[in-house]
Amino acid sequence: MSATVRLQREPFDAATEAAKLTRGRTDIGAIVTFTGICRGDENGRSLSALTLEHYPDMAEAEIARHVEAAERRWPLLGVTVIHRFGRLVPGEDIVLVVAASSHRQDAFAAAEFLMDYLKTRAPFWKQVEYADGKGDRETKWVDAKQSDDALADRWSKPPGRREAAE
Amino acid sequence: MKIRYFAWVRERVGKPEEELEPPAAIATVADLMNWLAGRGEEYAHAFENPKVIRAAIDRAHVRADAAIVGAREIAFFPPMTGG
Repeated sequence: MSATVRLQREPFDAATEAAKLTRGRTDIGAIVTFTGICRGDENGRSLSALTLEHYPDMAEAEIARHVEAAERRWPLLGVTVIHRFGRLVPGEDIVLVVAASSHRQDAFAAAEFLMDYLKTRAPFWKQVEYADGKGDRETKWVDAKQSDDALADRWSKPPGRREAAE
Repeated sequence: MKIRYFAWVRERVGKPEEELEPPAAIATVADLMNWLAGRGEEYAHAFENPKVIRAAIDRAHVRADAAIVGAREIAFFPPMTGG
């Protein structure tokens, strides 16, 4: 299976990345692409920017481990994960997950599994910059959400009976 | 060993990384956090609530009770907020 993991400052193009996985192949019947985008608000306050700090070598290794786990779990024909770092402004893409398979259920489930793990296990930290900060630039580290932990935990149940989100 | 800090742990400690040789009695990640907290005000602030701090040894997640013997690089950071 072709697996690509990239960490980069630069923007990515979701359609180009999806096309790379399917080019020249006729065994892929489903491709799911998920793009996470920087919103312009956080808890009701408007943002001017979002900065992503990461632990470079570990992030790549950790994402690759989860891609391997996804491959063991679903019959995938290709996976691409791209995670950006640095300073992004609202409207910019943050993360891309592309999962290709023969059938849609496996592609949907693998993409969701990978996103749930990226949220809670990939060593990235978001810091928001408020647009309405008075005087000095006001920044805040984003708190981890318990709801994200719960979403990641559901995948630790044995696979088989339920694969996708309810 | 190399100790690395990320996000608000890095900001509180005031540096991204440093080389330290903890005493032999420091056996686990939890011991190491406790030892670091005694190194000065900025460390005490960073490690004031060790339960919320996550750790990695040689770039893999570990729990606070993990042994640090043989570790080349230990990192401390807040719960992750990627994706």
